[in-house]
Amino acid sequence: MDDKVRAHPYIPNSVPEIKRRMLEDLGVAGVEEFYRDIPEELRLRRPLDLPEPLRSEHELKRHVAAILAENQPAGKLLSFLGAGCYQHHVPAVCDEVNQRAEFLTAYAGEPYDDHGRFQALFEYASMMGELLDMDVVNVPTYDGYQAAATALRMACRITGRSEILVARPIAADKLSRIRDYCKPEISCRLIPCEAGGARLDLECLRREISPRTAAVYFENPCYLGPIEIRGATIADLAHDAGALCVVSVDPISLGVLAPPAHYGADIVCGDIQPLGMHMQFGGGQAGFIATRDDPRFVMEYPSRLFGIAPTRVAGEYGFGDVAYERTSFAAREGGKEWVGTAAALWGITAGVYLALMGPHGMREIGESIMTRTRYAMMRLARVEGITLPFYDLPHFTEFVVNFDRTGLTVRQVNDRLLEAGIHGGWDLSGEFPELGRSALYCVTEVHSQDDIDRLARTLEEVI
Amino acid sequence: MNPELTAIRGPIVKPALRRFHQARWDEPIIFELSRPGRRGILVPEAEPRMKAAVGDPMAGIPDNMRRREPPRLPELSQPQVVRHYLRLSQENLGADLNIDVGQGTCTMKYSPKIHEQLARLPEVADLHPLQDEATVQGILEIMYRFEQILKEISGMERFSLQPRAGSAAIYAAASMIRAYHESRGEAGRRDEIVTTIFSHPSDAACAATAGFKVLTLYPDDDGYPDIGALKAALSGRTAGLMITNPEDTGIFNPRIREFVDLVHDAGGLCFYDQANANGILGITRAREAGFDLCHFNLHKTFSTPHGCGGPAVGALGATADLAGFLPVPLIEWDGRRYRLDYDRPESIGKVNAFYGVPPVVLKAYAWVMSLGAEGLREVAEIAVLNNNYLLRKMLAIRGVSAPYARGRHRIEQVRYSWKQLADETGVHSEQIGLRAADFGVHYWTSHHPYIVPEPCTLEPTESYAREELDEYAAILAHVAEEAYNNPEIVRSAPHNSTVHTIDHSVFDDPEKWAVTWRAYLRKHGVKQG
Repeated sequence: MDDKVRAHPYIPNSVPEIKRRMLEDLGVAGVEEFYRDIPEELRLRRPLDLPEPLRSEHELKRHVAAILAENQPAGKLLSFLGAGCYQHHVPAVCDEVNQRAEFLTAYAGEPYDDHGRFQALFEYASMMGELLDMDVVNVPTYDGYQAAATALRMACRITGRSEILVARPIAADKLSRIRDYCKPEISCRLIPCEAGGARLDLECLRREISPRTAAVYFENPCYLGPIEIRGATIADLAHDAGALCVVSVDPISLGVLAPPAHYGADIVCGDIQPLGMHMQFGGGQAGFIATRDDPRFVMEYPSRLFGIAPTRVAGEYGFGDVAYERTSFAAREGGKEWVGTAAALWGITAGVYLALMGPHGMREIGESIMTRTRYAMMRLARVEGITLPFYDLPHFTEFVVNFDRTGLTVRQVNDRLLEAGIHGGWDLSGEFPELGRSALYCVTEVHSQDDIDRLARTLEEVI
Repeated sequence: MNPELTAIRGPIVKPALRRFHQARWDEPIIFELSRPGRRGILVPEAEPRMKAAVGDPMAGIPDNMRRREPPRLPELSQPQVVRHYLRLSQENLGADLNIDVGQGTCTMKYSPKIHEQLARLPEVADLHPLQDEATVQGILEIMYRFEQILKEISGMERFSLQPRAGSAAIYAAASMIRAYHESRGEAGRRDEIVTTIFSHPSDAACAATAGFKVLTLYPDDDGYPDIGALKAALSGRTAGLMITNPEDTGIFNPRIREFVDLVHDAGGLCFYDQANANGILGITRAREAGFDLCHFNLHKTFSTPHGCGGPAVGALGATADLAGFLPVPLIEWDGRRYRLDYDRPESIGKVNAFYGVPPVVLKAYAWVMSLGAEGLREVAEIAVLNNNYLLRKMLAIRGVSAPYARGRHRIEQVRYSWKQLADETGVHSEQIGLRAADFGVHYWTSHHPYIVPEPCTLEPTESYAREELDEYAAILAHVAEEAYNNPEIVRSAPHNSTVHTIDHSVFDDPEKWAVTWRAYLRKHGVKQG
């Protein structure tokens, strides 16, 4: 084949003539000379055994699209899955901004050539700060799991204590992350749910809390959907013992529910996926951590914190890293935990989301979700054979549905729903065997009354 | 050239360097654009019948658990939001715009656009991670296939694609090392991790976070990590080695196998930080060097976009002996269908939520499929050729050197030193970088501490044309000459950027720092609105 034709479109210097001339300029016979430091026994002297490449973009697209066609996206059917990843409407502007190549392909530029990245992330933190009513918010970490795990390690460093009390209900996977992350230096004790309940057992918390306790951790809304309306009581218990109150919150609830800072939370964390990220099979998660602007707290963040500063031109804003010396970038193992690439683009996107929604949008979406959740609970409660064990508690976006009286497993119910084009709720029987054959159903602003009625009718037919 | 135009303008002569000026919108903070009542998007309201059926949706929630005042978010119309963020995007210099060879260690290569299209299809974007496995066979297949690819590239037995970036993978590796020693009843005893100063800071930081004491090796005169120091560091307390190779200097440690064997003999495990493996794809592998664990940053070597700092994936590989400790779930193929396997009793558990960032895996898979074995080898070879080409260009510039391994070739990057220039002119590496920004390119010094004085780290990857490498070198040559002849223009840079010199003193002062707009208004006495 003509040499010129063989060049790979992604590799400008793969034109054989160019490559040859560059080697010539360097006075080397071939690229092998660059690898002289690599001993022969470490050299791979055979081609990698990889699939044949798809040379053209068209063939590549066809190949990948054909594999992806095996997927049946929940977002295209009717889905009631939540449990940490939520189907909300993603405003078109969010996608427009996060696919801008200037943001998408940037990385670690200085505050001068990447002014836009710094400002967008500063604004993200600022808008989250308003939503949470807190003054310090980090550049996002990987996900809500990591945010919770880091918040708890921060609490231990701040208090100088090494025991944390983690309230059930909590997702088993999230608890697994927290346990692994805290293991090196922190003892993690679990506060069970109240008997037959969906919220933490306050009496047990009273018994377990002690001067050793660094933090009490709970989620609001609870993992099983009820809103923890006893937030202030729990925070008071923590504070009376000299411990911090760490709350993981669904940020999309905060247009209608009190931000945890109002009932005494010291560190607030969670996942911003609901704020403008597609579900992406879990790829849209990103974690936030927020505190008051107290140096005792600020100096314990591992994350980057972007601050605003004047420049030498009056009225011009510049940005930079606040208290950089605390990070592992500056101090390696002497830094707080570590910092690195995480989920910055989703932070920018959540900022766009909050800017679009504004105060009224956040209140309305909260009300809309509250209404739909309650409606779905009311409607499903009328389905013969189904019970909603926590019906009397106020809920946000998720609730437990029990199928014990149907004689069917959740798996069987879900298989039948799927045949009707519906993804049923998340099967809780592995995580919460005490709830019997139960599933966690999720309803958001995308679910119309017809959608909910269709779910109820389908359940009536299949169980 | 059009002769008429030439007649009017005279012969058109481009200056040697680009007359760049970055966008400067002087864009306000978004809160300053707010006016009461403006809306950016409307929310689907609950249907009237639904509302009527439900009544007060807030019933049962006590007053102190309700939001009393709306969050003070900005109020903007949709076109204003779009304009604001597009202006900010213009004030950002992504890799698609600049000759991004100045961000060494980070492998700023081209991220093909077709991948972005594919990853944004509803068949990826609208997948819920807890869907029935039968309905996500496509994405599981992509992830499974990509694992097979990484196994071949590294020689490892299994991979977890769950860590959401490189450091998450490094931490998971440290957790696995701990779990391994626990499984042998040596948990408390083996509490030291050895790393090198030219390995990424996260190798040290993640090990420390995982509860290990960190011992750091420094380079010998040739730039290799000191093997004598390694021997002295090893003992019955050794849990493992976490190391990069080639290191941030671009120098490949030829005695790496010996390092690994020494650590193994001491009872430790070896983790190979291959965040950046761009120069050695198909050339040398973790397996042949004897490593137990390794990881690849898909947003570096495997082309997925860096996204201003994520989302990303740190793919974590393990030998057969260590695979049991990998995070759950792994993806299995039984000949008919793909499934998520949680039944792995020795696993360290979850590292991140769900399965990490599958769209990033998809992009990396597409990248490998567009290249194949021969193409990957070409990537490595051209990346190394480009680097050595740039090295030669750089060494022709006054005041710069490439410490260690003098006269020898490098793999994929070089850590340069402007010490001579700084000594002779008083201009520092950071200032050179800020002046380079005036010509539209990124430039980075190095991780801390600055073992190489006045450092800068260049990594050209395979994505830049020879002419572009020439342009980058010409920019630095120009700035170096300015440092000697007109140092003030360098010291006062940048001149053509979005903003002017920032007052950094506020960032370390608790009285003045402000991480949010509300904190800024409070501390600096500015009234909102």
